[in-house]
Amino acid sequence: MRMELNGAQILTNSLIEEGVEYIFGYPGGAVLHIYDALNDQDSISHILVRHEQGAAHAADGYARASGKPGVVLVTSGPGITNAVTGIATAYMDSIPMVIISGQVPSMLIGNDAFQEVDAVGITRSCVKHNFLIKDISKIAVTLKKAFHIATTGRPGPVLIDIPKDITIAKSEEQVYPSKIDLRSYKPNNPIDQVQIKKAADLIARSKKPIIYSGGGSVIGNASKELREFTRILGYPITQTLMGLGAYPANDKLSLGMLGMHGTYEANMAMHGSDCVIAVGARFDDRVTANIDKFCPTAKIVHIDIDPTSIGKNVAVDVPLVGDVAQVLKGIIATLGDKKVSEISSWWKQINEWRSKNSLHYKREKGIIKPQTVIETLYEVTGGEAIVTSDVGQHQMWAAQYYLFDEPRRWINSGGLGTMGFGLPAAMGAKLAVPDRDVACVTGEGSIQMMTQELSTMLQYNTAVKIVNLNNRYLGMVRQWQEFFYDKRYSMSYMHALPDFVKLAESYGHVGILVEKESELKPALEEAFKLKDRTVFLDIITDQKENVFPMIPSGAGHHEMLLAGEDDMVSTDDEGLNLV
Amino acid sequence: MRHIISVMLENESGALSRVAGMFSARGFNIESLTVAPTNDETLSRLTVVSVGDDNIIEQIVKQLNKIIDVVEVTDLTSFEHIERELMLIKLNVSKANLTHIMKQIETFSGKIVDASDDTYTVELAGQSKNLDAFMEKIDQSLIIEISRTGVTGVIKGNK
Repeated sequence: MRMELNGAQILTNSLIEEGVEYIFGYPGGAVLHIYDALNDQDSISHILVRHEQGAAHAADGYARASGKPGVVLVTSGPGITNAVTGIATAYMDSIPMVIISGQVPSMLIGNDAFQEVDAVGITRSCVKHNFLIKDISKIAVTLKKAFHIATTGRPGPVLIDIPKDITIAKSEEQVYPSKIDLRSYKPNNPIDQVQIKKAADLIARSKKPIIYSGGGSVIGNASKELREFTRILGYPITQTLMGLGAYPANDKLSLGMLGMHGTYEANMAMHGSDCVIAVGARFDDRVTANIDKFCPTAKIVHIDIDPTSIGKNVAVDVPLVGDVAQVLKGIIATLGDKKVSEISSWWKQINEWRSKNSLHYKREKGIIKPQTVIETLYEVTGGEAIVTSDVGQHQMWAAQYYLFDEPRRWINSGGLGTMGFGLPAAMGAKLAVPDRDVACVTGEGSIQMMTQELSTMLQYNTAVKIVNLNNRYLGMVRQWQEFFYDKRYSMSYMHALPDFVKLAESYGHVGILVEKESELKPALEEAFKLKDRTVFLDIITDQKENVFPMIPSGAGHHEMLLAGEDDMVSTDDEGLNLV
Repeated sequence: MRHIISVMLENESGALSRVAGMFSARGFNIESLTVAPTNDETLSRLTVVSVGDDNIIEQIVKQLNKIIDVVEVTDLTSFEHIERELMLIKLNVSKANLTHIMKQIETFSGKIVDASDDTYTVELAGQSKNLDAFMEKIDQSLIIEISRTGVTGVIKGNK
């Protein structure tokens, strides 16, 4: 006869069977039984965060760095509502995650009980799917479904809400299913070979092609296929903020990032192209800029695993639904016996655009330029670190100046743009890849949204180097106010900042203040020498620096502002409508 | 263009709100929506009428397919199909307007399903446009209230 277990034990056993290494969580009334069951095992390490949003971001960072699903455990009510921002962040960037939230006992659901919220209702629009477990016999199978849905197709977060009485009730031990088949969820449809052939034809005969690769190439583990595809063709490639690293930034075919803060050559090549090959990208508004002016002369091939991404923002000539790596393999095979266009005149044009050196910036004596900080970070880490970021100017500089040559090294909140993401994500990434240096590039605005996690980082000794680009402004807000609001700096300056060195020290970490450029490299070197310590580098940077190139709202790819041209900004009301 | 989209849905709690929520979150319009059990007790059929150009309808169909609880989506409008809607309409009746009312009921094959001294409740089933026509033909001042089910439909023939 099978053993009798309570629901919490069945849940815990299911997580062990699934191979979960880490749970990021925070206890509370509705999950006490689950925490009690976790206490009896040592397969899974539980990371006790200081705020549930931190748990979700840490699980997210773990998932992005490792490719495995992140797991979150929170209590009912405020436990789950605090986690929602982190769940929405993961959803927007298609990150596999399973969130288990406690719920009030079944008989109290709907009664406005203490710490009750409709977790399934609140999270519905920011999860791939969610479940409310109503029957103890469904625990193991629901866990299996959740991990299956979270990790296959276009990945995403899946929430399981479990009422307390279900965790207490007893039942026979449940066998954790090794496989699951859902009639309503078939993520792996066969790839359309006719479309593959059409795409290959179009690609081979284009004269001004460009490959535009996105987060799908990273999440879909298609880096190898993307490299092969690009090199066989010898075509230029640009990558989105989410895609950086899938193709090496240092390679000669790479044009860097495209979009609002993309390079001149990448955006001009998109604008002038006759064939855009979109690989695991979704034509997001940060990438397309003004959609009416987007790629006016290009035929578009769009490869994506999610059919809803295709044709959503722009009309597509050759849609290709499927796993990015598999589709690329298919096209490579079909290209095998085809003659590919000679595109040297296109490269000549691109190299002219490149010669503008659009990421060039002016150094000033006595002032640390934020770009210099990222370049020095790159130098000191040999380009080998995992870099997480928060959201704002520092995020764009990190994306522009840290040249990522491998996927899963660049971890940032691209879709939702969540300030506070960087620090807990760095903690999660460090747990996933403990042997690799992890840096969190942040700003004094973003970091203050999650400083409490410094405490968690001490408890679990996750040694992260925090690179705080401290310009005493909410820099991206200030930049927009400078350009579009007549320099009326409404609420973008903080008059009282903590002493970050002391803050780090009070949490048991190392704090270093960097005020001179001459101190920058030695400070970074010292920080990375302290292998097992978290180091907070508070770097006082230029207050006035802006992110360039920039496509102002309402403009097209060919209408970028370059450094030194910022006096020319004017945007009509329609442009200002955009964010 | 108006499309009738038929959705086979897992008969799970919350499945309906996933569909309704998707429409509102993505700004798609719903002209009518009906949902009821089918001969398979694990499935419900949901029929939604929406208006949009081809791109919008394509997105609606794709977004519906993406919902995990959705088993099958059919745009009935792209097939030969039967559509029906049921309406109950309560009317003021008096000697002066009885002939007018009876003529319209006859024309539209309506059925009086309830009567009081001064009211009739009429049942009408048919294509929505016929129900609309009845509502136009009848003297507006006589209408007390209307309850319509929204459209349901199936593909014609053996498909």
